[in-house]
Amino acid sequence: MRDFVAEKVKNIPPSGIRAFFELVIGMKDVISLGVGEPDFHTPWHISEAAIYAIEKGATSYTSNLGLLELREMIALYLENHFKVTYNPKQEILITVGASEAMDLAFRAILNPGDEVIILEPSYVAYCPLVTLAGGVPVTVSTIRGTTFALDFDAIRAAITTKTKALFINYPSNPTGKSFSYEELDKLAHLAREHDLVVVSDEIYAELTYDYQHVSFSSLPGMHERTILISGFSKAFAMTGWRIGYAAAPHDIIEAMMKIHQYAILCAPIAGQIAAIEAIKCGDKEMRFMKKEYDRRRKVIVSGFNKMGLPCATPEGAFYVFPSIQRLPFKSEEFCRKLLTEENVATVPGTAFGSAGEGFIRCSYATGMDDIKEALRRIDSFLERHGLSCTEQAAG
Amino acid sequence: MDKDNLKKEILDILTKDARKTAADIAVMLNLKEDIVSASIHEMENDKTILNYKAVVNLQQLKSDKTHCIIEVKCSPQRGVGFDAIARRIYKFPEVKSLYLMSGGYDLLLLVEGDTMKDIGFFVAEKLATLDSVHNTSTHFLLKRYKEDGIILETQEKTPRLAVTP
Ligand SMILES: Cc1ncc(COP(=O)(O)O)c(C=O)c1O
Repeated sequence: MRDFVAEKVKNIPPSGIRAFFELVIGMKDVISLGVGEPDFHTPWHISEAAIYAIEKGATSYTSNLGLLELREMIALYLENHFKVTYNPKQEILITVGASEAMDLAFRAILNPGDEVIILEPSYVAYCPLVTLAGGVPVTVSTIRGTTFALDFDAIRAAITTKTKALFINYPSNPTGKSFSYEELDKLAHLAREHDLVVVSDEIYAELTYDYQHVSFSSLPGMHERTILISGFSKAFAMTGWRIGYAAAPHDIIEAMMKIHQYAILCAPIAGQIAAIEAIKCGDKEMRFMKKEYDRRRKVIVSGFNKMGLPCATPEGAFYVFPSIQRLPFKSEEFCRKLLTEENVATVPGTAFGSAGEGFIRCSYATGMDDIKEALRRIDSFLERHGLSCTEQAAG
Repeated sequence: MDKDNLKKEILDILTKDARKTAADIAVMLNLKEDIVSASIHEMENDKTILNYKAVVNLQQLKSDKTHCIIEVKCSPQRGVGFDAIARRIYKFPEVKSLYLMSGGYDLLLLVEGDTMKDIGFFVAEKLATLDSVHNTSTHFLLKRYKEDGIILETQEKTPRLAVTP
């Protein structure tokens, strides 16, 4: 028999996260800082609205673009929160999670061999999706010592005549970094100069602490060259409902819709109805969750820094990305040891690209008590290995 | 953070978990510990914070205590409104909480007694006989579902995957 699996799929490396997931399965009493989804349940009024709709018989397909009411609410929301204007009839597409929106975006814009600049460390899906869409991912590291400032010379150097798109994600999974206005402005400048389309994954926009998120398409001249991607999974604790969206100029949404209508048909109706409730009435509960994340963020940042594992204060999302460069372990080895010796699950930075070596990703979408216990265990791990901050200094 | 906001933040944390120490709270808010403890002391002194208590699942305790709520209709008195009658009522130790209400009755009492008989005695002998009380309506509590924001039934937890992207 022939080998039926396509080469381009075979060549995609297995996800580093998957490998860790397999390790954790079957272990008991693990405290996991490895989870990329909220620990809160979907607020009850949201679930209840969907249950009610199902009872009323809302169990059919919707229009390919998604329920008009939801698109209208999203348009209103984007206008009110980020001052960006999209026509709900033509420029917004409801997708199965932000994940599908990314897949559609790459498939809609890439010709074979087109290059996409991706800033690493980055969420695990981007590079494989670009490859599967026939494009070529070109990664640029954002690691500068123990922080994540952009190096525009490096980005510039990565741009070739084949570069079609720039992919950005802020606040970022895994680093929690968001871009300053200067950085956004410079990125916009690059996009204009090299005539690039910018795919901007802003799914964590609502989970931005201390300051207001600036949407990339609100920058001068960027509306017409941006595909804005977001969704309900994170801010409203709705990962399982699978609702995301893309907002972009009409011709791009039309192209994405073409793929979507054949591959997916429409996003699930119950999820769309839940999303309407979330966007209409979910603000209070969302802010409650955000406040909780904010407190945990402060606890976890301070915890890592105290242990001498430098940890930048993340501007958004629910991840910290502390540096373990001073330890005699690679990221992967450190995470394995921590898991087997202390029952704490974290994700090696290398799961997010080779640029993540020397870092680990810890999610604070986990209860405060668990976070504290995990920090305590990490501390005792360092002590047992003679790697505590103070011992280091003494040695 | 201004003083009032600081108090709000601290109370928000303490009303969820009264065992959080000033040091814990200071880290959560990214503030100095002495600022937080000063604010807590201030609120203890001015009686913003009355007490720190455990929220108990009485169902679990198999407590044989009996609880009821009593609606009371009574007439307000000139000059003092309902305050005088309220004062008479809240001094009874079996009255755990007392509120003035809008709507079909005036005072709402949460009452605890050792037995149903005790409560019957309290209502018949003490409460209904007060001069300005016209009418009482006693409802016995049969089952607790949620206490102080906490759902008491053990809920099945759908576990999250341990590691996700
Ligand atoms: C940066 C980022 N984008 C997209 C997603 C996927 O979101 P969705 O659930 O909407 O598909 C995630 C989920 O972890 C994420 O972290």
